[in-house]
Amino acid sequence: MAHAEALNSFESGVARPRQSAPPAIEVRDLVKTYRGGVRALDGLSFSVHAGTIFGLVGPNGAGKSTTVKILTTLSRADSGIAKVASLDVMQEPARVRLAIGCVGQKSGIDSASTGRENLTLQGRVYGLRGKELREGVAGLLERFGLAQAGDRVTRTYSGGMQRKLDVAMGLIHRPQVLFLDEPTTGLDPEARADMWREITRLANEEGITILLTTHYLEEADRLAQRLAVVDRGRVVAEGTPEDLKRGLRGDTIHMELAQSEDAERSRGVLSGLAELREIAGEGRQLHARADRGAETVPQALAALESAGIKVASITVSRPSLDDVYLRHAGRAFREADEAGAERKTT
Amino acid sequence: MTAVTHSLYMAVRHMRNLARQPLYIMFTLVQPVIWLVLFGQLFKNIVRLPGFGAPSYVDFLTPGVVVMTVLFGAGWSGMGIIHDLDLGVMDRFLVSPVSRVALIAGRLVQLGVVAVIQSVLIVVLGLIMGARFPGGILGVVVLIVCAVLLSLPVGALSCAIALLARKEETVIGASNFILLPLTFLSSVFMAESLMPAWMQTVVRFNPVQWAADAGRMALSAHPDWGSVLARAVLLAALSVVSAWLATRAFRAYQRSV
Ligand SMILES: Nc1ncnc2c1ncn2[C@@H]1O[C@H](COP(=O)(O)OP(=O)(O)OP(=O)(O)O)[C@@H](O)[C@H]1O
Ligand SMILES: [Mg+2]
Repeated sequence: MAHAEALNSFESGVARPRQSAPPAIEVRDLVKTYRGGVRALDGLSFSVHAGTIFGLVGPNGAGKSTTVKILTTLSRADSGIAKVASLDVMQEPARVRLAIGCVGQKSGIDSASTGRENLTLQGRVYGLRGKELREGVAGLLERFGLAQAGDRVTRTYSGGMQRKLDVAMGLIHRPQVLFLDEPTTGLDPEARADMWREITRLANEEGITILLTTHYLEEADRLAQRLAVVDRGRVVAEGTPEDLKRGLRGDTIHMELAQSEDAERSRGVLSGLAELREIAGEGRQLHARADRGAETVPQALAALESAGIKVASITVSRPSLDDVYLRHAGRAFREADEAGAERKTT
Repeated sequence: MTAVTHSLYMAVRHMRNLARQPLYIMFTLVQPVIWLVLFGQLFKNIVRLPGFGAPSYVDFLTPGVVVMTVLFGAGWSGMGIIHDLDLGVMDRFLVSPVSRVALIAGRLVQLGVVAVIQSVLIVVLGLIMGARFPGGILGVVVLIVCAVLLSLPVGALSCAIALLARKEETVIGASNFILLPLTFLSSVFMAESLMPAWMQTVVRFNPVQWAADAGRMALSAHPDWGSVLARAVLLAALSVVSAWLATRAFRAYQRSV
């Protein structure tokens, strides 16, 4: 134990390239089974470099919140290793709590108190006092655009304001590692853009390590340096958004047929083309992958036309994280999300 | 030390939130008035029963209503826990360095403060209605202390139930299911000497009775301080055990999230 600590202080005392610093978050083979037999985590592993934003992406019920709850000491894993700031969350929860800030999926605001009162109490709990506390609170209210509303009871806040206050509360004690469980769910586009800007700033300017969970593949793509795609309690793909997309060869071709009756037949026709792979879709929508999408489009159109099938529109896109999910989880993201949501409500 | 300061921070939060609900405050103050007037009228003639042992029913009833009011207020304290659980406030505190004890103790402090205010009001009202307490100011203070000592274990257990069940209905149900019988199995409304023999035995193990009995003794002309103290010590011991149980309930809660 003492040895490990000495090692840590040694490493942080000497300026070293980021790669050799210990990861800010390290998760290995986490398993968590809830009473009633739901296996929420099934051997989850990933690690996060200090000072970066890491995205945990997955559909409803994938196990994102369960992971955050375990890493923030709220819940306990059945087995596996979880370390935050080089501290084992199960062995040393008290020290972990001092190092982290946490914004849960559910807001944690006391709705009967004002924004300032919420922040002040949060600061006191971390041992802040007097001028330092007052200035910290005022600074955060200012930074999150809540200075005007600071003395209003938070019940009157909009969803976006509440979420901002949540994040502000997670920052009052200047944590090393910040957990954000779906920080933008339910926000309008403007509030979401605000939140994105703030999250990026925290990592870039203050060097805070951020673990962010999201349903929005696009959000992870925008914010995270690295991400893990989680499905049914496991990481099915991990890397930079670019890595993951590059792993998918070629482009996606989306077609909309004029008539849905043609769907079956057009699949048959398209599968005759050597250039097209992974043909899928439902109703009038069809997707397929091709190494060189733009060049394959005329061939596909010609083949369909000669079979007497009308195409309403056709587009080619570079691979997106949606495609990554489709590839690794074997189902479309939206489908998985709906299935997960259903399982949760029943 | 942090447990104490954190408890005070939490108590301040609860008091402040309470102060923002004037209607709720009004109910908590009017309720005991209704009990006192209603039961005072209803059971007025009960003192004529041979062996009742009190000159007027208001004399007898006032400390009873103090105990009952504080008791039921304490039974509800778990509702605040449910509210915090639903809002996510509890989870936020549980991942912060806040002392677990403070999350319960803060509520108990608030409960105590409210209990004192309610009790003073009831005593004053009793005096206006003609009650006389030979025990004087000291007696009244001891009565209030006993009522507060009763509110602590009841409040702590209510919080424990809330953490385990996490449903309002369960807290309300459990508190009615337990507290109503405990009230009627005590001398809150009826002198012990007039109860059936089996009940007189049962009553001895009822914490509500310890509080009512000790409070009433303190208000009498020549209190038996030894018995008063014995009951107060029992209540204090029960408080410690209950508060410990309530903080244990956090572990059970955290195992289920
Ligand atoms: N407290 C609990 N008790 C029992 N089962 C739970 C509990 N919390 C989560 N689960 C189950 O564990 C699985 C993972 O849930 P989790 O909340 O981690 O998913 P998520 O990825 O955060 O989903 P969402 O995007 O909907 O928030 C789900 O099947 C869920 O029903
Ligand atoms: Mg979640």
